[in-house]
Amino acid sequence: MLSLVSLFLEYLKQYIKTRLVYRWDFLAQFISDLLFQAVNLIFILVIFSHTTQLKGWTQGEVIFIYGYFLIPWAFFASFFNIWTFNDRYIIRGELDRILTRPVHSLLQVLMENMTPESLLGVINGIVVMIWGMSALEIEWAWYDLLLMILFIFGGVAVYGGINILLMSISLYTDSKNDIQPIIFNIGNYGRYPVNIYHRLIQIVLTWILPFAFVGFYPASFLLDQQAWRELAFLTPLVGLSVLLIGIVCWNRGIRHYRGAGN
Amino acid sequence: MLRVYLEVIRIRFLMMLAYRVYYYSGVINYSLNIGVYYFLWNAVYGGATSLNGMTAVQMATYIAVTWMSRAFYFNNLDYEIAAEIREGQVAVQLIRPYQYLLVKAAESLGEGLFRLLLFSAPGLIIVSLVLPIQLPSFGSVWMKFALSLFLGFLINVQVNLLIGVLTFFFLNNQGLLRAKRVLVDLLSGVVIPIPFYPEWAQAILSFLPFQAISYLPSITLVKGLDGESFIQAIGIQLIWVLVLCLPILVLWAIAKKRMTVQGG
Repeated sequence: MLSLVSLFLEYLKQYIKTRLVYRWDFLAQFISDLLFQAVNLIFILVIFSHTTQLKGWTQGEVIFIYGYFLIPWAFFASFFNIWTFNDRYIIRGELDRILTRPVHSLLQVLMENMTPESLLGVINGIVVMIWGMSALEIEWAWYDLLLMILFIFGGVAVYGGINILLMSISLYTDSKNDIQPIIFNIGNYGRYPVNIYHRLIQIVLTWILPFAFVGFYPASFLLDQQAWRELAFLTPLVGLSVLLIGIVCWNRGIRHYRGAGN
Repeated sequence: MLRVYLEVIRIRFLMMLAYRVYYYSGVINYSLNIGVYYFLWNAVYGGATSLNGMTAVQMATYIAVTWMSRAFYFNNLDYEIAAEIREGQVAVQLIRPYQYLLVKAAESLGEGLFRLLLFSAPGLIIVSLVLPIQLPSFGSVWMKFALSLFLGFLINVQVNLLIGVLTFFFLNNQGLLRAKRVLVDLLSGVVIPIPFYPEWAQAILSFLPFQAISYLPSITLVKGLDGESFIQAIGIQLIWVLVLCLPILVLWAIAKKRMTVQGG
C-alpha cells in the first residue's frame, strides 16, 4: 500500500514536470473549462427568464444541482477521463509496455493519464452550489456534509466504473470505437432534474446507466426533497457496484487481450 | 482550376465514407443532445402553448432542425489548420499549385455533403418519428432553407478559416480553439434560440456573424419565412459572407509573410 502511494507521488511529480513545460496550456484549459460551465449556467438563467419553475424545480435548485454535479465530475475528469485509451494503448500498442510491469495494469493506465489540475473544478462546483443556495433556504444538518462526501465518491465511482467498462471493450477489439462521447452525452442528462424526462429515460438513468446518481439524486437529497430520498442513499452502493463491475470486466479483458500486432 | 476543387470535394466525401462507422456514434450523440434540450424546453413551456412567438411544437422542431443542421455545417477546419501549422505541413501545402484556404473550404464541403446525406437527412427523419415535431411538407420553403443553410455553412467555414489562420500568430492556440467551439454553439442559436435571449443580448448578437450560421436557416424552415423577412435573412447572411472575406485575406497575407521567418 505504501509503495502504491509513493508510486502515485512519483507519477504526480513527472506529470507536474511535463505540465510546467507548457504552462500556458494549463491556463487555456482552465479558462475554456470555465467558459463551458458559464455557457451551461447562462442556459439555465435564460430558460428561467421564461418560466418560474421547471417541473417543480426553481432556478436556485437547478443551479444547485448543476454545481453539485461539477464536483464528482471534477474528480472523474482528474483520474478516470481517458478519451484516447483505444488509440494510445490498443492501436499504438502501449498496453504491452504496461503489462510487463509489476503493478496492476488499470492503476498504471489511470495514473499515466491523470490530470489533477481538473480538481480545480471542485471549487467551481462549490461556488455554483453556494450561488444556487443563496436563493434557497436549506437546512444543513451536521451529518449532511459527511453524506455529501460519501455521495460524491459514489458519483465518481459511477462515472469511473462506466468508463473502465468502456475501456475494457477496447481490450476485445482493436477497431476504433466511439462510445465515450455517447456516454459523456448521456451523463449530461444527470445534471438536470430527472422528472423532466420521459419515464423510460428515468429508468435508464437510474438502473442501466445510473448517471442520475452522479448529480440529481444526491443533490435533491441535499435540497431537502423527500421524493428521491431512498435513491439518494443508494448512491454509494450503486457507485461501488458499477466500479466493481468495471474492474471485473477490465481484469477479464486483460486476460483476453492479445495485442494489435500479429 | 475549378476541377481541382471539385476533385478535393469528391475525395473528402469518399474518405468520410471509408470512416463511416465513426459517424454512427455521431448520429446517436446528436440525438442525445436533441433529446435533452427537447425535454428541458418542454419543461420550460409547461402548459404554455406559445413563448416569444414560438409554439411548443415549433420549439421542438427548431431543436431538431438546428442540431441536424449543425451536423451538416460543423467541421474541424480550425483544428486541422492549426495542426498543419504546428507540424509544418502547411509549407508543403503552400508550394502546391492551388489556394490552400480554398482547398480547406472544399474539403469541408465534401465532409459536409457526406454528413448531410448520411447523417442529417436520415437523422431528421428518425427524430420526426420519435418526437412530436412538425416539418413543413415539401415545397419552396425547403428550397429557401437549403439556400440559407448553405450560406450558414459558408459563414461557419469562414469563421473556422479565420480562427485557423489566427493560430499563425499564437504559439498556444488550443484554448482559443476550444473557447471558440463552445461560444459558437451558444451565440449561433443552437443552445438557445435568439429571441429567447434578453433584449440587450439580442442587440449584441445581431451584430455578430454567428446567428447567420444556425439561427437564420433553422427559423427559415421552422417558421416558413417568406417575402420580406426571408429576403432580409438571406441579405444578412450574404453580407456576412462578403464581410468575413476581408479579415481572412488580410490575415492570410500577413501570415504567409511571417511563415518564412518561422522556417528560419
